[in-house]
Amino acid sequence: MADSKEIKVKEKQELTTKAEQTVPGPTFTPEVDIFETERAITLLADIPGVKPDKMNIDLRDNILTIIGDIDPVEGAEEEDVVIEYETGRFYRQFTLSEVIDQNKIDAKLADGVLRLNLPKVEKATPRKIAIKAG
Amino acid sequence: MIYRRFYGFPNWENRSPFTELERIRRQMERQFEGWPYQRQTPGVFPLINLTETKDSFFIRAELPGMSSADLDMQATSNSVSVSGERKIPAENKEAKYHRREREAGKFSRVVGLPSEIDPDRVEANMVNGILTVVVPKAQAAKPRQISVR
Repeated sequence: MADSKEIKVKEKQELTTKAEQTVPGPTFTPEVDIFETERAITLLADIPGVKPDKMNIDLRDNILTIIGDIDPVEGAEEEDVVIEYETGRFYRQFTLSEVIDQNKIDAKLADGVLRLNLPKVEKATPRKIAIKAG
Repeated sequence: MIYRRFYGFPNWENRSPFTELERIRRQMERQFEGWPYQRQTPGVFPLINLTETKDSFFIRAELPGMSSADLDMQATSNSVSVSGERKIPAENKEAKYHRREREAGKFSRVVGLPSEIDPDRVEANMVNGILTVVVPKAQAAKPRQISVR
């Protein structure tokens, strides 16, 4: 990894099924990384433009929902010249297979990236099983 | 400073219906052929939005996870270039990935501006992963009020 590759341009992924959406305007699917260790599941999501107080994280019945609302950044007197990307709400849902300790969930939002740490409950952490020869 | 610009601006919720129409129109035009404003999508990261007022241009780009230290910007009399590298730090070695959609890598892009600018007064800032570059127009390119007698 001495010479890192170039980033390819990608259109923002707009959510197509909007049946449950109640806000006007476009809704986008944020890009995420999800990884798991023995103790926790960590989720990283790119949600540029979302302020911490407009971030909504919900976990119930093993369904994790993240919603991020954005404020318009353009001033009222600005006129569009070139518009290559649209802005709007970020929305994504995940079903978690592991049981999560809801009281220990920890979320951080910095530079437009959400980092969500979801610790597994004690009994879900894997245990070594000794196999007896017989 | 950003807040002052928000002041008095209608909320996302109460945007005028025309804004939404405008967006749908853009989306449809993109489906068929190119852009109304530009011939084609640039194919270069990052995607930018360019707006203007009487005095300045505003270039915006979504660069989540990057700080101003990761960016290198240059300006000439009619263009602004942005380059940098998006790094995603390596996680715990025993981490097993379920999804890996976020991309890291280098990028550089030149944004040509429709009129002459003042390269010495270009200012940029990064807030919540959004880069905003304020590009003042050159004195000669600003519209002038002409009084009619």
